[in-house]
Amino acid sequence: MAQFRATVVVTLQPDVLDPAGDATAQVLRHMGYRVADVRIGKSIEVRLEAEDRAEAQALAHKMAASLLANPVMETFSVQVEEL
Amino acid sequence: MRVAVVTFPGSNCDDDTVRALTALGVSPVRVGHRAQDLSTVDAAILPGGFSYGDYLRGGALAAQAPVIESLRAEVASRQLPVLGICNGFQILAEARLLPGALRPNRQGTFRSAWQTIRVTRASPLFWGLEEGELLRLPIAHGEGAYYLPPGQLAAVFGNDQAWLQYVSEDGLLHTEANPNGSVANLAGVIVGSVAGLMPHPERAMADYLGSADGARLLQAWLSGISRRDGHAR
Repeated sequence: MAQFRATVVVTLQPDVLDPAGDATAQVLRHMGYRVADVRIGKSIEVRLEAEDRAEAQALAHKMAASLLANPVMETFSVQVEEL
Repeated sequence: MRVAVVTFPGSNCDDDTVRALTALGVSPVRVGHRAQDLSTVDAAILPGGFSYGDYLRGGALAAQAPVIESLRAEVASRQLPVLGICNGFQILAEARLLPGALRPNRQGTFRSAWQTIRVTRASPLFWGLEEGELLRLPIAHGEGAYYLPPGQLAAVFGNDQAWLQYVSEDGLLHTEANPNGSVANLAGVIVGSVAGLMPHPERAMADYLGSADGARLLQAWLSGISRRDGHAR
């Protein structure tokens, strides 16, 4: 068994309103930045054991699809690195 | 009649819900989030609160609790009536026992307010609640904007799952009556024996509290259960 770190990035689907992102965009514009859009997501780091990288990737993907993200309104990406 | 009230770590409307049921003549059964046998109860309520601190998403962590698997089995095998209030609604959506999801309010703030709620579809689960009836109920939530993926709204209305909607005081459906950005002003949905709503009926049990319409809604649910099961309560 090897140790891996999976980084799961969860974001709202593009058509889902993001009130926190909108408020942040407004403040950035107030500060003088020409900002078109801000979307706020979550970055979740999971340390896990797996036989190999492919298994770690598959396990992290399952965790993301079943709990870390809600596919009804969110999308996610998974990146795995060996420790 | 045995009605279970489920307490998760972080539930905070469980006591109010127990009191409300007691006031309506039912002795509730208190159940913890690890409960695995619900075969002897006639119905269950998931109360409001902040289960698991609303970490990750409201209701997401609670949806994985053992009691939810028990509920899922009882709903599938004998159509156990389940009512999710506020956080309980979020949990049922996260558990996919109800369609859609509850996302943060459009305003980006917690909303605590009295709302007028229209019964859009009558249901045998709530016996005596008539279609078009207006209820005055309080809301108190930060993640209460009901969301459905594109294309699902028509199915929810077409399958008689669109149960409650936020309306103006005179009963009109318009965007200004929408307190949180819910799609189609939806405040509650029903699928089979499972119902969920964001407003708090247990906080509207008497006129001196602002409204007794919550008692009316809960009584209708209890009547629906009694009639279904042939209980003489």
